[in-house]
Amino acid sequence: MGKAQRTKQWDPVQVKEQLLAKYPAKVARKRAKQILINEARENTTPEITANVRTIPGIITMRGCTYAGCKGVILGPTSDIVNLVHGPIGCSFYAWLTRRNQTSASGEHGENFMTYALSTDMQESDIIFGGEKKLAAAIQEAYDLFHPKSIAVFATCPVGLIGDDIHAVARTMKEKFGDCNVFAFSCEGYKGVSQSAGHHIANNQIFRHVVGTGKKQRSEQFRINLLGEYNIGGDGFEIDRILTKCGITNIATFSGNSTYDQFATANQADLSCVMCHRSINYVADMLETKYGIPWIKVNFIGAAATAKSLRKIGDYFQDAELSARIESVVAEELPSVEVQRQQVLPRTTGKTAMLFVGGSRAHHYQELFKELGMKTISAGYEFAHRDDYEGRHVIPGLKVDADSRNIEEIEVQPDPHLYHPRKSPEQLAQLQQDGMAFKEYDGLIADMDERTLVIDDLNQYEAEKLVELLKPDLFCAGIKEKYSIQKLGVPMKQLHSYDSGGPYAGFHGAVNFYREIDRLVNSRVWGYLKAPWQEHPELSATYVWE
Amino acid sequence: MLLKHTPEMISERSALMINPAKTCQPIGAMYAALGIKGCLPHSHGSQGCCAYHRSTLTRHYKEPVAAATSSFTEGASVFGGQANLIQAIDNIFTVYEPDVIAVHTTCLSETIGDDLPQIFDKAIKENKVPAGKTLIGASTPSYAGSHVTGFANMVKAMAALAQPGGEKTGKVNIIPGWVEPADMEEVKRIASLVGVPITLFPDTSGVLNGPLTGVYSMFPEAGASIDDIKASGGAIGTLALGEWCSAEAARLLDSRCKVPCSVLDLPIGLQATDRFVDTLRIIAGQSVPDEIVRERGRLVDLISDMHQYFYGRKVALVGDPDQLIAMTEFLVTIDMVPVHVVTGTPGKKFEKRITDLVAGTDHTVNVRAAGDMFLLHQWIKNEPVDLIIGNSYCKYIARDEDLPLVRWGFPILDRQGHQHFPTVGYIGGLRLLEKILDALLDRQDRDASEASFELVL
Repeated sequence: MGKAQRTKQWDPVQVKEQLLAKYPAKVARKRAKQILINEARENTTPEITANVRTIPGIITMRGCTYAGCKGVILGPTSDIVNLVHGPIGCSFYAWLTRRNQTSASGEHGENFMTYALSTDMQESDIIFGGEKKLAAAIQEAYDLFHPKSIAVFATCPVGLIGDDIHAVARTMKEKFGDCNVFAFSCEGYKGVSQSAGHHIANNQIFRHVVGTGKKQRSEQFRINLLGEYNIGGDGFEIDRILTKCGITNIATFSGNSTYDQFATANQADLSCVMCHRSINYVADMLETKYGIPWIKVNFIGAAATAKSLRKIGDYFQDAELSARIESVVAEELPSVEVQRQQVLPRTTGKTAMLFVGGSRAHHYQELFKELGMKTISAGYEFAHRDDYEGRHVIPGLKVDADSRNIEEIEVQPDPHLYHPRKSPEQLAQLQQDGMAFKEYDGLIADMDERTLVIDDLNQYEAEKLVELLKPDLFCAGIKEKYSIQKLGVPMKQLHSYDSGGPYAGFHGAVNFYREIDRLVNSRVWGYLKAPWQEHPELSATYVWE
Repeated sequence: MLLKHTPEMISERSALMINPAKTCQPIGAMYAALGIKGCLPHSHGSQGCCAYHRSTLTRHYKEPVAAATSSFTEGASVFGGQANLIQAIDNIFTVYEPDVIAVHTTCLSETIGDDLPQIFDKAIKENKVPAGKTLIGASTPSYAGSHVTGFANMVKAMAALAQPGGEKTGKVNIIPGWVEPADMEEVKRIASLVGVPITLFPDTSGVLNGPLTGVYSMFPEAGASIDDIKASGGAIGTLALGEWCSAEAARLLDSRCKVPCSVLDLPIGLQATDRFVDTLRIIAGQSVPDEIVRERGRLVDLISDMHQYFYGRKVALVGDPDQLIAMTEFLVTIDMVPVHVVTGTPGKKFEKRITDLVAGTDHTVNVRAAGDMFLLHQWIKNEPVDLIIGNSYCKYIARDEDLPLVRWGFPILDRQGHQHFPTVGYIGGLRLLEKILDALLDRQDRDASEASFELVL
């Protein structure tokens, strides 16, 4: 845990005070709990307030539950027809705007990613209810596409007017017989952020799809890769490496995924969790119901990738697999290292700030370490305390009034399909050898002392932080990008990757090194002032002098 | 194939919209509000809408788009969002210090029936609105109309600020419609060339095409000022450009402040620009300067020079009604043939207007209001075209059907230029024709055999 380095150029206590100074008293009190100065404490990390309601009018970066459910978790699946029940906007804005890449299986493989389907609710649907229109839309989608599954997503007004989308889905499913129709109550106002949508998506995918697959998976070293969405091809690169190592990824949740992958996920022997926030619910449920243990992995960063591969190797305890992993690492790492050494002189010592969704603000610190860069401030839009402080805080977490209505589903061991992948003795031995199951230490533990960890950063604080701390690079999303760049600070989008990527795995690390070198050393940052602005004095000079 | 599940055979759909040719009201209201000086748009709903609308506008302009939200929770969604909005108003004026907050609503606050004027009253009574600051509001339910309707509703809310019986300003109000910042600049340039003092609202030029200087100002020195908008009640007259976007606001000025209005098409293309300049000249009693006559002549010159490449070429169009009407007329003017025209925005008048515009050609036109891009694609499969003109989503159809594409309209997420170079006026007409020719001639070059590959075209 790199707590040794102290960042001394600025005083975090003063920075925090200045961030809060302009707020009305009530807002300042609340924000004070979401802005944390990282400091070492005995056996414990400091406590942050997270996953609480957004302050109205503050210009948050956050989105909604629908975005977390449809946009994030279900959006990337190519062969489920996603039908949005609501007015047109929600469907339109989630149409191809997250870069979940897809290689639909062959010329005849189904791929509905390019289609945005909506019931386009009108005033009359709000007044008289939209259930009939929803049923008709499901029928029309079925007649046109004959998909194996149709997923229905609720938007804000659906819950308010009382449309029973689950009943409609059930009726249509029974009517079709060969098409699994199910629904998500992911109204935008539920919870306080995208996070509630993740949870709702996890529950419904688990309830309606996982474990229903008929296909028997017999490959060796079967894993699920959970919480990897194949942005810019990240998942392709991870799959390339896994395949090379002889590890079979039978289901990715949910980058480049298919319905059948979800349906057979219960047949894996290990779940590997990338994005803890969005998918830890499925990871837990797979363990409880089917006996599949899970470990936290991170394929962002070359060293982290090698470490994660070794973890998987250690779990399977197969000498041949471990040897293959070592040879893959030995083959891939040197060329990554060559590229790293090339950019290192130009990136070392530079500072970065990361404010990204619910996992990347942590994962990408690995890559910045490899570039010799310091992360001086970081935070999430919508992560929970366990993502900041580690899962050990979970038993003490209180669900507040705003998130109380998000369904928790109780899962029991499946009477037929449950079988523990390892005996208690084997598990104990693995743990003794250092393997951490069902564990995640969170972001804070990996950050230097006296850095600032900020939850639900807003526009005002972003600008103020840049003004006070003058980072060499700011990482966040599209809404933040151009205001930060107007200030003359390079900005890297870590949601969309600015149309770049992949950044995962070994190839991804190289792409990222080059990209960050390009950004922080671009000539453009030297052009902000015109010559006459830099030297405004008027005196007669002539070019031939 | 990217859209491989789209069948050639067309089956009528009653309930399912696929690949919409519209989006929802609030984004239009947000765009319009950004055209008020010192204004922070505010979305009264759950925060996802605001995030989506800001993201889409940002992707289109590659510029910061600031807007706040009431961030409804489930509790507020059931019991009303008054407390959220009042708290937001207080926080916004304290932290961000805009001169104006322009509030629009979403399907959430509209369904539960929040009453903006009543909440504004309460905010003022509770001293949450500092002296000299303004609150304006527009009801923008997402389940009616489209983004175009939302734009029109916010512009109407601006017009409602105009004070009747005020001083005569000698100015002409121009409501430019949903056009790009560069288009707003071009409208101002034309008016200034003709010598007509105008009040343009909204005006996003200088707001959404700003410079990179090392300084970020959430409220740049640009946009229509509240004082000017208030004084618009004393104008000589109002030109409303675009029936869908601007007419209601102009009619409100007419009925409330007795400012007579003309509703014109967007000045896109030769004839619509002619009508715009002519009306402006007459209303202000000015003669048209040679500079504008020269610009017009250059456009006519280009049409004549390259007519062989335009003549008889079939075009599929998708976008917003005001734009499509003007573009259809322009294409007919240069002897191109609009064969499929789709807007997602409802309005029966649209279909009649397009049908009338192409009536003089030998082709019939497929036209649909409240249609979608799935239908457009099917029409193209049934009757192929030489060119598609529409927003970035058209690139999927263009690639599948191997068609040249001119990006035009909203949103353009994958190319640059629309925020900097106008498509209105004669100069804008030149740019549109350049883009159309580039697309057609690039395709001719790509497809020509080596023997027929030409240097001079």
